[in-house]
Amino acid sequence: MAIQITMPALSPTMEEGTLATWLVKEGDTVSSGDVIAEIETDKATMEVESIDDGVVAKLLIEAGTDNVAVGTLIAVLAEDGEDPATIDVESGSAPAPAPEPAPEPVTASNDAAPTGDTSVVPAPVEIDVPEGTPMANQTVREALRDAMAEEMRRDGDIFVMGEEVAEYQGAYKVTQGLLDEFGPDRVIDTPITEHGFAGLGVGAAFAGLKPVIEFMTFNFAMQAIDHIINSAAKTRYMSGGLVDCSIVFRGPNGAASRVGAQHSQNYASWYSNVPGLKVIAPYDAADNKGLLKAAIRDPNPVVFLENELMYGESFDVPEMDDYVVPIGKARTFREGSDVTIVSYSITVGQALQAADALAEEGISAEVIDLRTIRPLDIDAVIESVKKTNRCVVAEEGWPQCSVASDVSAQLMEKAFDWLDAPVTRVNSVDVPLPYAANLEKAAIVKAEDIVKAAKAVCYVE
Amino acid sequence: MTTKKPAKKAAASPRRRSAKAPVYTATNEELLHFYREMLLIRRFEEKAGQMYGMGLIGGFCHLYIGQEAVAVGVQSALKEGDKMISGYREHGQMIAIGTDPRAVMAELTGRSGGVSRGKGGSMHMFDPAKGFYGGHGIVGAQVSLGTGLAFANKYRKTDNVAVAYFGDGAANQGQVYESFNMAQIWNLPAIFIIENNQYAMGTSVARASSQPDLYRRGESFNIEGRHVDGMNVLAVRGAMDEAVAHCRSGKGPIILEMETYRYRGHSMSDPAKYRSKEEVQKMRAEHDAIDRMKNMILKAGAMDEAGLKEMDKEVKAIVSDAATFAQECPEPELSELYTDVLV
Repeated sequence: MAIQITMPALSPTMEEGTLATWLVKEGDTVSSGDVIAEIETDKATMEVESIDDGVVAKLLIEAGTDNVAVGTLIAVLAEDGEDPATIDVESGSAPAPAPEPAPEPVTASNDAAPTGDTSVVPAPVEIDVPEGTPMANQTVREALRDAMAEEMRRDGDIFVMGEEVAEYQGAYKVTQGLLDEFGPDRVIDTPITEHGFAGLGVGAAFAGLKPVIEFMTFNFAMQAIDHIINSAAKTRYMSGGLVDCSIVFRGPNGAASRVGAQHSQNYASWYSNVPGLKVIAPYDAADNKGLLKAAIRDPNPVVFLENELMYGESFDVPEMDDYVVPIGKARTFREGSDVTIVSYSITVGQALQAADALAEEGISAEVIDLRTIRPLDIDAVIESVKKTNRCVVAEEGWPQCSVASDVSAQLMEKAFDWLDAPVTRVNSVDVPLPYAANLEKAAIVKAEDIVKAAKAVCYVE
Repeated sequence: MTTKKPAKKAAASPRRRSAKAPVYTATNEELLHFYREMLLIRRFEEKAGQMYGMGLIGGFCHLYIGQEAVAVGVQSALKEGDKMISGYREHGQMIAIGTDPRAVMAELTGRSGGVSRGKGGSMHMFDPAKGFYGGHGIVGAQVSLGTGLAFANKYRKTDNVAVAYFGDGAANQGQVYESFNMAQIWNLPAIFIIENNQYAMGTSVARASSQPDLYRRGESFNIEGRHVDGMNVLAVRGAMDEAVAHCRSGKGPIILEMETYRYRGHSMSDPAKYRSKEEVQKMRAEHDAIDRMKNMILKAGAMDEAGLKEMDKEVKAIVSDAATFAQECPEPELSELYTDVLV
């Protein structure tokens, strides 16, 4: 029986990659452990090893092919005793675990649905750029990198520090190229020592430098949370304004994909509880760029929450010399009149999808992206609610003491008379995030959850 | 939890001493300066203790009495642009760097004239103009923060050093070792000063430290350490001169364990039942840094008894003035509640 080799997933979020090079040719004998190909993802170049012994019967995807979906059959090996020349590739693909054979590589756009839900983005209603500004299509990852690079060119006091930010080019490739441009004095690999390097960064900020501290993910920042809160956020107040702390703590936050409970938490509400911090959690590439630039310039400590699943998503980014988005301003992503959907970070994508689905049922939803969690632009939400009189707050994170809870409470206090229905929260399920695909899917916020909540507040079945 | 036997053994066996740093040879003028500075800290702290007892100072209040030689000796070896950071027993260090005693005392009473305008209190005092970055209440945090100050010195390509003061208690915190590691791999000009006053609140070093020779705590990071008699300001200064030269010449961090003793409780609310009165008495009688300096001054003929009495009077007057100021100074305006949260 021939051995099938399929395009491997090399990270929890990888959906496709480039088959860069074949290191074997048809007819070659390979042993388990031999490197047979190199695959490029948006983060790295990785080697693919054979896990079986055999003779390469067929290479099915040409070297250099982009967008090869994970699971695509890329090669067939003849086992000992089989004649490579007589292997039937078509039937060889038959025992694939999927119920239907899918020889065609799935393209990026129609494969985005299972995780990202961001492929269809309506044109933003409000954007802070002059008319006629050309747009560049960029991933969130590139936008973040550009933000750091542009600010580092402007100000020599800015440095980037964290695990694998320099020579490895970033665990998620957000700092790609920074080492080359700015050198090892300003792009600094740390040991695995979050508590220590967060504190070191805060100390450097006390002395007037402007550190950008990358956490590989915010889950690991729990080791460092004492410095973020007790040292960074409180020192200005405790010193009566004598000691400032201009620092950015950034990295991916929230659930990624199938990485289990300890790597899948949203910390927005934790940090947003703390006076002395600013907390930012943008959605699209333009906001990630413009807000990171603003965060780096801000003289205060800023917690900048990115999302791993969004790193590879592409959006229009204004091609401007200095695109800075103001901190503390929500964005009306889509105008509507029947219900306001408030969200932030990745869940804005689900909110926009929900708005599309609601529109088909004749419900006009306004989608507000908070962008900054602290200071919270509650006025923007109130203005919207005055128009729609109904509100759903959607957030990928646990419900208790969440950002959604706070928005809801503030609306009750400040916009009670404008509400025609109780404000409804749509949060992740109140459990540690499970690993199993079906359970994970059931736990996180989906567009249909938002649709359901929106219909409920509109009293529509 | 039952402690393993070795604790006793460790206490019984003599500590291994490091190579001795040279003891500083001071001029008569310097002897008098050291004496006056140490005396000012002691009198200041005695007054603070008294005012705490009167209810004029609230919260926690950790006195520096007994440890004066450390702050004064360290400060005397530093220059413009050097940086310092400490924990919550920092009043003495503030006085040593020359912060106005009025502002320190007014911070203790929570008044508008305090260094932090009354918003920091005993544990949170800062004087960045003089290179002092606090005043931190989380045990061990100042070690990482201080390593960051050293990082900034190096980043800016100065030859300035950063001093991180911490105690024998903090020496058991994980981030201390994270900081040692980074300081050494990046060759940062950090002087880690472990003020070993023998008790982490109520827990003795022997009970809490598997390696009671705290100056050796950097060995696995290849950081040199020195054991220093922290009750002798000239020994402190001598060790500091060596450490400062080490850092300024780009050799990276160094650890100085200052063996010292606090005469008072951990804080004002500590009855100090974990040690005997005799132990404290013995330290005061035989090892007091101020008495030692006084004897040296008399022996050197730098000043006579009458002169020293006069100096004591001057110092008392400064402290008394600070205490008056700290009581008469108004509390912060209510509007201060909302200021200094963000820039």
